[in-house]
Amino acid sequence: MDAAVTNPPAGNVEDIEIQLLLEALFLRYHYDFRHYARTSIRRRLRQARDQLGFPNFSAMQEEVLHDEDMLSRLLDYLTVQVSEMFRDPSYFLALREKVVPHLRTYPSLKIWIAGCSHGEEVHSFAILLHEEGLLDRTIIYASDINPAALEIARSGIYPLDRIATFSRNHQLAGGKSSLADYYTTAYDRAVFDKKLRAKVVFSDHSLVTDEVFTECQLVSCRNVMIYFDRPLQDRAVGLFRDSLTRRGFLGLGSKETLRFSEHADSFTDFVREEKIYQRTDA
Amino acid sequence: MTGAAPRAIVIGASAGAVQALSDILPRLPADYPVPILVVVHVPAAPSGLTRLFAAKCAVAVVEPDDKERIAPGTVYFAPPAYHLMVEREGTIALSTDEPVLFSRPSIDVLFESAAESFGPELLAVVLTGANEDGARGAALIEQAGGSVLVEDPASAYAATMPAAALARCADARALSLDSIADHLLGLGAA
Ligand SMILES: C[S@@+](CC[C@H](N)C(=O)[O-])C[C@H]1O[C@@H](n2cnc3c(N)ncnc32)[C@H](O)[C@@H]1O
Repeated sequence: MDAAVTNPPAGNVEDIEIQLLLEALFLRYHYDFRHYARTSIRRRLRQARDQLGFPNFSAMQEEVLHDEDMLSRLLDYLTVQVSEMFRDPSYFLALREKVVPHLRTYPSLKIWIAGCSHGEEVHSFAILLHEEGLLDRTIIYASDINPAALEIARSGIYPLDRIATFSRNHQLAGGKSSLADYYTTAYDRAVFDKKLRAKVVFSDHSLVTDEVFTECQLVSCRNVMIYFDRPLQDRAVGLFRDSLTRRGFLGLGSKETLRFSEHADSFTDFVREEKIYQRTDA
Repeated sequence: MTGAAPRAIVIGASAGAVQALSDILPRLPADYPVPILVVVHVPAAPSGLTRLFAAKCAVAVVEPDDKERIAPGTVYFAPPAYHLMVEREGTIALSTDEPVLFSRPSIDVLFESAAESFGPELLAVVLTGANEDGARGAALIEQAGGSVLVEDPASAYAATMPAAALARCADARALSLDSIADHLLGLGAA
């Protein structure tokens, strides 16, 4: 690694190995990480290599081709699962104050949470919609490519030591009740009320390889596209555009923007500081 | 240092960062030719830092969005709770990966990615701090042929971070804040 770090690194052995490994994952399992942002995928693959004890990526490739268990271990490195309930509370406050009044005008609602990870964002939405009296008429589609993450999302169980942060965020997001109303504790776990998930459809869906599957009024896709390169971001934003109804809303992560997207013209800023966009009439 | 301007400057600072950066950044002219990427660990949100320095600097001071193109005359502060990295094509890459050495943003993460993007055309500056973040990354920058300046631990507000960087980097130079600022200004004049 040391001497190879030169500029520009064309023909760099590590780069070649990474490309081959990603190609192998795609051919064998149809998981497509070939257009993820290079710098962070390289970083996480190096972590996987070191922590799983491989001498290099070629060895890792051989193992994952022949052993399916290695795939799920690798997926945990390739997909970043860091999340929080009501992450960036000001985003949820803006949804509550500025977007909910529009959502109220629909007799029924569909919301797509893309890249839902362990479901923290799904539960945040369900609680917010419940507090605003909209949950009963809403279907939430929650999708991710990591099956283990989706399993946790379905269970609605989180370590108790995360609850203080979740509660604080909920209050900052304009929470109209106490977060404690929504979970019970068992040992060191908080188990969230299954009524929150009654209208949630969890599904394995990739923004890279899969197509649009529903029409919805709101898409929330936060901190997922930072892991994509530009062309892949364009593909994902294209899916969101095709999925949104006229004047539907798109919410991104706090440091994500449509400014660099080829689909920028299909959206206008709705709450600029919170990266909430509205689909223009096409 | 050969005197030729690098393509980018990366700076890491922790405890005492605001004071140290105040001795350096406000001295740079608006048309400073080299982009500067900064990771600061602070209890307060770095967005406050961006506002603070935007008010007292001639160079542009921003908290970048993902995929923004790195431009001269601009200081980029890592956004709160995101790692700040550079892609080889010269754009900003942010990530919410786990903290490294309890820090997100992490100085090591920025330095490592910058070493790979800019190779020998990179200058790193390690300022005051009470941890070891930055030492590993500075060593990688040196290995890739870049240069490393370190705030003199003897006069730094917190010596641990500069001392750790000096211990890992054979060719790093320890300088006062004033001399670091002079050095950066010199690059602009070249
Ligand atoms: C950092 S988490 C974001 C969680 C949550 N949205 C938030 O902002 O807190 C990123 C998630 O994106 C998922 N992901 C990565 N690639 C994806 C893809 N191609 N399609 C759908 N989800 C993907 C990962 O599995 C992970 O759960």
